[in-house]
Amino acid sequence: MSWIDVFSQSFEQMIGPSAVFYCLAAIGLNVHFGYTGLLNFGQSAFMMVAAYALGSMVATWDLSFWIGILVGFGGVAVLALILGLPTLRLRADYLAIVTIAAAEAIRQILGSVSLVEYFNGQDGLFGFQQTFIDLNPFGDSVGFTLGGLTINWSAYDFFVMVVGWTLIAISCLIVFLLMRSPWGRVVKGVREDEEAVRSLGKNVYALKMQSLTIGGMFGGLAGFMTALAHNPAPSDFATDTTFFAWTILLLGGAARVFGPVAGAIIFWFFISWLDLFFDKATAENLIPDAIMDANQASLMRLIVLGLVLMLLMIFRPQGIFGDRKELAIDAR
Amino acid sequence: MRQPLIRTFGLLTAVVIAVLTTATASSAAAAAPAKQQDAVNIVGILLDNRTTPKTPVAGVKITVLDDEGNVVGEDLSGKDGRFKIPIGDAIKVLGNTYTVRLDDSTLPEDSYLTDPDAIERSFQIKTDQDYAVNFDIGPDIFAEDPWYEQALDLAVSGILLGLLLALASLGLSMVFGTTGLTNFAHGELVTFGAVVAYFFDSDLGVPVILAGIIAVILSGAFGWAQDAGLWRPLRRRGTGLIAMMIVSIGLGLFLRNVYQYLFGADSHNYTQYATVAPWTIGPIDLTPKDFIAGVLCIVILVAVSLVVTKTRLGKATRAVSDSPSLAASSGINVNQVITIVWVVGAALAGAGGFLFGLTQSFDYQVGFKILLLIFAAVILGGLGTIWGVMVGSLIVGLAVEESTLIIPAELKYTGALVLLILVLLVRPQGILGRRERIG
Repeated sequence: MSWIDVFSQSFEQMIGPSAVFYCLAAIGLNVHFGYTGLLNFGQSAFMMVAAYALGSMVATWDLSFWIGILVGFGGVAVLALILGLPTLRLRADYLAIVTIAAAEAIRQILGSVSLVEYFNGQDGLFGFQQTFIDLNPFGDSVGFTLGGLTINWSAYDFFVMVVGWTLIAISCLIVFLLMRSPWGRVVKGVREDEEAVRSLGKNVYALKMQSLTIGGMFGGLAGFMTALAHNPAPSDFATDTTFFAWTILLLGGAARVFGPVAGAIIFWFFISWLDLFFDKATAENLIPDAIMDANQASLMRLIVLGLVLMLLMIFRPQGIFGDRKELAIDAR
Repeated sequence: MRQPLIRTFGLLTAVVIAVLTTATASSAAAAAPAKQQDAVNIVGILLDNRTTPKTPVAGVKITVLDDEGNVVGEDLSGKDGRFKIPIGDAIKVLGNTYTVRLDDSTLPEDSYLTDPDAIERSFQIKTDQDYAVNFDIGPDIFAEDPWYEQALDLAVSGILLGLLLALASLGLSMVFGTTGLTNFAHGELVTFGAVVAYFFDSDLGVPVILAGIIAVILSGAFGWAQDAGLWRPLRRRGTGLIAMMIVSIGLGLFLRNVYQYLFGADSHNYTQYATVAPWTIGPIDLTPKDFIAGVLCIVILVAVSLVVTKTRLGKATRAVSDSPSLAASSGINVNQVITIVWVVGAALAGAGGFLFGLTQSFDYQVGFKILLLIFAAVILGGLGTIWGVMVGSLIVGLAVEESTLIIPAELKYTGALVLLILVLLVRPQGILGRRERIG
């Protein structure tokens, strides 16, 4: 790998399959947090339920791919109910605690040895994507050269990207239409002042539950795309996954339809570049082994990610494209 | 030649360890990358872990069959206990299903499989790397005690876990009570105590007890630094609580990975007291170090309770918890109280982390793993209360340990989540919480 590749691969990742599913997850979080003010710290749980529903329906129970998709959406709705029922009446941090705990618990259950015959433990599910693979019209890898940078995706990755970005476009349209509908305006009211909305006779609890479910559905889409892009395993849905999506949302700007899209593109270029840079720097001994070895290099992006998340929230909570007035992030 | 491995009694485990051959073909040439087509092997090593160090088990026959029952290859474990059965080129075997069978008639005398049905294992080859398989051999050590004796034994570990949780949770609850912040980086304060003690113990050769004391002091300093460097400035500029929660998430992520950067991803034990013979009291096995850890927890918890109820400082803390502005108007220095709460809370969390590391092995995310339990304990008892946290911690500790009577041990922490959701449904303010707090 040359230094040029550090950049060309970062550009590949910028709109690559990973950017696709984190963008979808962030769109879901935007509905939760940006528009409704819900603190969902367990978006990976929604992704995981959808991905594993699809995977296990086909791989374990030999049902059709499309039934898997339906069951996935059903599972997401059930999960939203289970998480929302006890917490949405309470202060914002209860939802945060329950979602982060549920995401870890579901991950432990799906990865457990006891259920290995259904979900294949830590190895995860595989071999269920055939229906989707058969739809792939691209025979060859797709790429182009731009100013000395060679950008290239495999045929399947490119197919995943085409489907994914189409889904993102549709999702953005749905969010846009939802948020300018009366429902969306009331939901934004819930974010600004719950009591005021309640005093107008609206059922705030139901509105929050609807928002949690709808945002979870976008998380489910992200889960499906994860499952289709590569074989889903419990390690793909760790809490870090959720906070990647959070950083994308806050980077691009919450409560903006295109915030998650801009965030995902910027984030994935940045994070891939960091990863490749430190990988390359340690491989070439630019950074001596005593200071950083190859394993430590792979941690740098998470360390930087944590810092970015903190600094964003402290100094620019509206992100790059957000409007500070739109988003009065505060607990009452 | 004498074979020390045929000693009878005890547990014989044949551990099969993968020798991963990651072919990192990083060719500098910009030409088409040549994919390496290595043969895939089924690999492993059989060890007798009754002895220290473990001795290899030789002469055990392992057979690999394909999905039609044809023998693909077989091998006897060698003098070093290893076996290696090639099954073909990666390109041919990918996606195929194979069965590995251990011939139990070739096992050394008096050893048998833990689970008699487990002499063969089927799996699918998914990567071009060698594949490893585990066989457990020896008497089943888990299915001997009647359930009530197990329950009693588990109660003891449950109480110990509960005491450790109480120590770890107090800081979270106190910080929440005084500042309203739900600190998602609290688990990293627990880890801090464990890894700092480990650093002083194993890298600098300080005795474990002293290392623990240093760790607790440094944890307190770390809590002070966090408050002074981050949280106090944020409070001063009026950052919202939700924004602060997200900041704490970022801080947790940052610290967790810094710990891994510095201490690696391996599990650690302190150099002393790693293995001690347990006392056997009736059906209960209790190691002296667990006992001491439990007693220390109780002493610290009682001390904290006395401070909170009897001293001026404790009264001031409770006053700030009730209403910061009222407390301030009655002459209490709210910022000073909050600083003290951060120092004490972090020191308690660090002590919890150190004692947790004393009772079992730990890694860089020990605190994050028990954060779920800490939240369950704190919510069960009532967020922001001090007595509630202790009661909640004991209930969660007991529930987690006793739940292994019914559910597999690997899922015991998830039981705490079910408890958490049930409590929120029935009594969201917690056992000792007050209703108006959560509205």
